[in-house]
Amino acid sequence: MNDKLVIMTGNEAIARGAYEAGVKVGTAYPGTPSTEILENLARYPGVNCNWSSNEKTALETAIGASMEGARVLTAMKHVGVNVAADPLLTLSYTGVGGGLVLVSADDPGMHSSQNEQDNRHYARFAKIPLLEPSDSAEAKDYVIYAFELSERFDTPVMLRSSTRISHSRSTLQLGQREEKEIAGFEKNPAKYVMLPGYARQRHPLVEERLLALEAEAELSPLNRIEPGTGKMGVICSGVAYQYAREALPEASFLKLGFSHPLPKNMVRQFASTVEEIIVFEELDPFFEEQLMAMKLEIPVRGKALFGLLGEFGAEMIREKLLGHKEEQIEVRPSIPARPPVMCPGCSHRGVFYTLKKLKLKVMGDIGCYTLGALPPLEAIDSCVCMGASIGMALGMARANPASAADTVAVIGDSTFLHSGITPLLDAVYNKAPITVLILDNSTTAMTGHQEHPGTGTSLQGEPAPNVELENLCRSLGVKRVTVVEAFNLSHLQKTLKEDLAAPEPSVIITRHPCVFLIKDFDRPPVVDEDSCTGCQVCMKLGCPALSFKDEKAKINSTICNACGLCEQLCRFEAINPAGGKAGD
Amino acid sequence: MKKTDILIAGVGGQGTILTGRIIAALAIAEGLDVKTAETHGMAQRGGSVITHVRLGEKVYSPLIPPGDGDILLSFEKLEALRWLPFLSKKGTVIVNTQELEPLPVLTGSMEYPEGILEEIEGKVSRLIAVDALSVDPVTENPRMVNTFLLGILAKNMPYEMEKWLKVMEEEIKAKLVDANKKAFMAGWNLQ
Repeated sequence: MNDKLVIMTGNEAIARGAYEAGVKVGTAYPGTPSTEILENLARYPGVNCNWSSNEKTALETAIGASMEGARVLTAMKHVGVNVAADPLLTLSYTGVGGGLVLVSADDPGMHSSQNEQDNRHYARFAKIPLLEPSDSAEAKDYVIYAFELSERFDTPVMLRSSTRISHSRSTLQLGQREEKEIAGFEKNPAKYVMLPGYARQRHPLVEERLLALEAEAELSPLNRIEPGTGKMGVICSGVAYQYAREALPEASFLKLGFSHPLPKNMVRQFASTVEEIIVFEELDPFFEEQLMAMKLEIPVRGKALFGLLGEFGAEMIREKLLGHKEEQIEVRPSIPARPPVMCPGCSHRGVFYTLKKLKLKVMGDIGCYTLGALPPLEAIDSCVCMGASIGMALGMARANPASAADTVAVIGDSTFLHSGITPLLDAVYNKAPITVLILDNSTTAMTGHQEHPGTGTSLQGEPAPNVELENLCRSLGVKRVTVVEAFNLSHLQKTLKEDLAAPEPSVIITRHPCVFLIKDFDRPPVVDEDSCTGCQVCMKLGCPALSFKDEKAKINSTICNACGLCEQLCRFEAINPAGGKAGD
Repeated sequence: MKKTDILIAGVGGQGTILTGRIIAALAIAEGLDVKTAETHGMAQRGGSVITHVRLGEKVYSPLIPPGDGDILLSFEKLEALRWLPFLSKKGTVIVNTQELEPLPVLTGSMEYPEGILEEIEGKVSRLIAVDALSVDPVTENPRMVNTFLLGILAKNMPYEMEKWLKVMEEEIKAKLVDANKKAFMAGWNLQ
């Protein structure tokens, strides 16, 4: 054992815990704030990790590995669990072979997500145990505990992180890896083949298991009472425990690390030592509602004080509970916002410029390109979930056939492979003349440039077979498939007009690597101030390297990546190439 | 030892996470407890980003509550103003006076605010404002802004220079260590 303290993010610690627990297989689809879990796990020896096309295939791969007898971890962001929910809810019935842990990384406050759903409900929904670490040390320890629990109770285990666990660093001690033999698959249809007849036999076992897990939670070292000196008792889990502990040094705490099934006896015992219970939990009243159903004899308060929205902090307790508001510096109102923007040289920018120019309805999707919804491009009209763009464009065409003439679906390469293929198949099958743009920048960009089945490279950086998007679309029955260089706006515009008018489904693949993948740039163009008329057409691109000062366009040459879009747009030849390479 | 809360503000891509990591590693080397909270994901695309670093005997929350911060280290001038409410009135602001114009300013719909330094100076106990890009070696290598500013911060904390340099050797890629150390020392020796 090495007792030296190290510092890790929660995601690094989860990966470390899986390694120490003898995990043999890891799977994931990238999604903030979960992405770095698999990236880190893949660096450890003896763990076979792979990116999956989506969270459902990630979990299904994990189930197979578990049935073969290996310990396996699969990680995803909160909304990814929606995609994996189908296998998850039946996996609860089959149970596991080797231990199986699903990490759900929630995002209260929606730092990088389209909703802030509370995935603790999934543990209850699937009737499986839920562990909620409150810092990196617990994240590592809980993962190891989760594998033991998974095997002992024949159940998948959900470990719930959140942004402030996954992307916070704190200290922990490293342990040794414990190698686990792979037991091998044993045929057992009554356990693994969920035909109705077998599933009916499994369901009562799930309910019995839940009772046994509740008894286990009562004794688990992950749940503890921290007696205080006051009359107030606080019940909490995850990072909320840290916020509350900081703000309430005197209070008694019931800290829930093994938080579903709820250890009700422990709650009653805790309630008998205090005069009031405060439930401090982000998002939904998950504990609070269960406490209310228990009809405790003392008051329980939670959501009435702290609400249902966003992230919490220690200051919320000070203000709402103690009536103490920290004196804060006030600054002037109306500070210019600094929203995220597409990078200078981003291959998506010209596409959105063109879509806006043609005044199209644009069904958007999830990725960097969702930023095309923000000013000045403002070219995206919807964003729901991974892959939704194509299905929604199809739905519009079903509702109003004429809409296909001015509607496009816009989806990235990684997102298309995640869940865009099936709705495109629906469009072909149902003869809907929709137009789909696949913005192919050859990476999963928003989450930090992960590989995917279309990049030709594996998670470990090894060469891998790559699916060719144009052939994939043709194989689905799309006859009109055109590949357009993403910066060739005239070609894009011409193709768009033709495809929107065509009476059949069409796919336009706009192709150019993400600017992060390019090493060799031209020198930034220069503005000829005498020719610049101040028309500001180039400013419609929303490029951070372009600004407008003293009635002239300006190019910030330190951040310009010389994509050439502004040159293309300028009708006065005022923006001209400097010639040569950036490094010259 | 009293708890120290440090906020590192900047624009996505400026290196707030690495800077936070170095401070955290130093805290551990000093036997302190430490936690950080970082901005990953969407906001990194040129958006406003913040890294919280808390050190002390025992740290619970990774987030610095508004009004609690001791030091605000900002890699950009406007971002210093934006995150100022997280700082205590007794706090110190270390700011790079470089202006990176956010989109509403670039497109001409808003002006880059005037009088930021004056406003900050009147609201906190101490302001250290430096045009990092005018100081060698940042002038030649603008990517060293973060370790240069870290040098200024380090000078204002009670830990020895050698310890900072040692931690940087461990946290920074080998081929970039020397350049970063040089930038750090330029910050340390400023004034």
